[in-house]
Amino acid sequence: MPDAPGLELIRGEIERDRPGAVLATSFDRDQPALIVDPARVLDVLSWLRDTPGQGYRFLSSLHVADYLPATPRFAVHYELLNRDRVERIRVKAMLGDPLGEALPEIDSCVELFPTANFQEREAYDFFGIVFHGHPDLSRILMPDDYVGWPQRRDFPVGGEPVTFTYNEDARG
Amino acid sequence: MLRGDLEGDDLERYVEERVVTTKLKDLQNWARSNSIFPLTFGLACCAIEAPISIVTARYDLARFGAEALRASPRQADLIILSGRVSIKMAPVVRRLYDQMLEPKWVMAMGACSSSAGMFANYAVVQGADKFMPVDIYVPGCPPRPEAVLYGFNKLQRKIQGEPDPGWRRRYNAAGTEEWARGGPASTPNPKAAEAYQTAREQLRA
Repeated sequence: MPDAPGLELIRGEIERDRPGAVLATSFDRDQPALIVDPARVLDVLSWLRDTPGQGYRFLSSLHVADYLPATPRFAVHYELLNRDRVERIRVKAMLGDPLGEALPEIDSCVELFPTANFQEREAYDFFGIVFHGHPDLSRILMPDDYVGWPQRRDFPVGGEPVTFTYNEDARG
Repeated sequence: MLRGDLEGDDLERYVEERVVTTKLKDLQNWARSNSIFPLTFGLACCAIEAPISIVTARYDLARFGAEALRASPRQADLIILSGRVSIKMAPVVRRLYDQMLEPKWVMAMGACSSSAGMFANYAVVQGADKFMPVDIYVPGCPPRPEAVLYGFNKLQRKIQGEPDPGWRRRYNAAGTEEWARGGPASTPNPKAAEAYQTAREQLRA
């Protein structure tokens, strides 16, 4: 696990090789994270994967979070792992909400990490993030004809109200 | 017993003690209730309790004549909905139910398939009786195997009494079996019929 100075060193090296790709860093609860420009996320991922001495060759998870009141609203998280040194680093790409029917967009990293195929489909399924260059971007867990992006924070939870003893008078 | 061993009242009592009269319908229901073939089918965590635990030696569903779990809906009489039914799985479950041949029964096992349980959310059908007729509900999360067996006994009682709540018709679930050629719900398939004819002719030649 790179410590805080190690993270800054990595950031400096990326800044030298891919200027402007990393916007900020964060080191919270001993977890290093690079916050990157969404348009250049593949630059950073390929640099971390292929640079000798880095070798984060394993994408252990790709997931999305919705920080609704905040802007930009969505973050795509790439959890990278170096399996020789057992070191992890997180890459975050913050995506704004384009509002209306439009969906936030980012490049697909299936070419770099084949495991991202299903995980990007899941992110699309639940959050409506469009991954450019994905071989088959379709719903994976919800039915194909489902409407909406159910894991977004502004999506209704669903279900039915249930009558219990404490509210049976109100509900009849 | 030989002819002439018993006479008069003794003979009457002997026959009364040994012969039972009933209706053919009741006999049929009695036989049905004691030879249920459950479908080998699990939806979620309740599947550990229902089709797996209750057939083990400890609980032993064979006591009630239902130890033969069938792997095909066409051979099964009872489908145990063991777990939450997601909205993606619901059409599949309904299709399985439709493929079962009459007579057929459904047990909604556990809170999830009865009422969605804790899954009051966008992904789970709020109770399996939204899309198929359910004959018996077993509460619990998950129910103990004893509870499943109790529900099973209740179902046997129900089969013997043969109540007709009209559910099958209300859910449009009567006469839905698909057969290879000409079941109530089958659409004629000219290609399959042609292939069948060709195969017959080749056999004959």
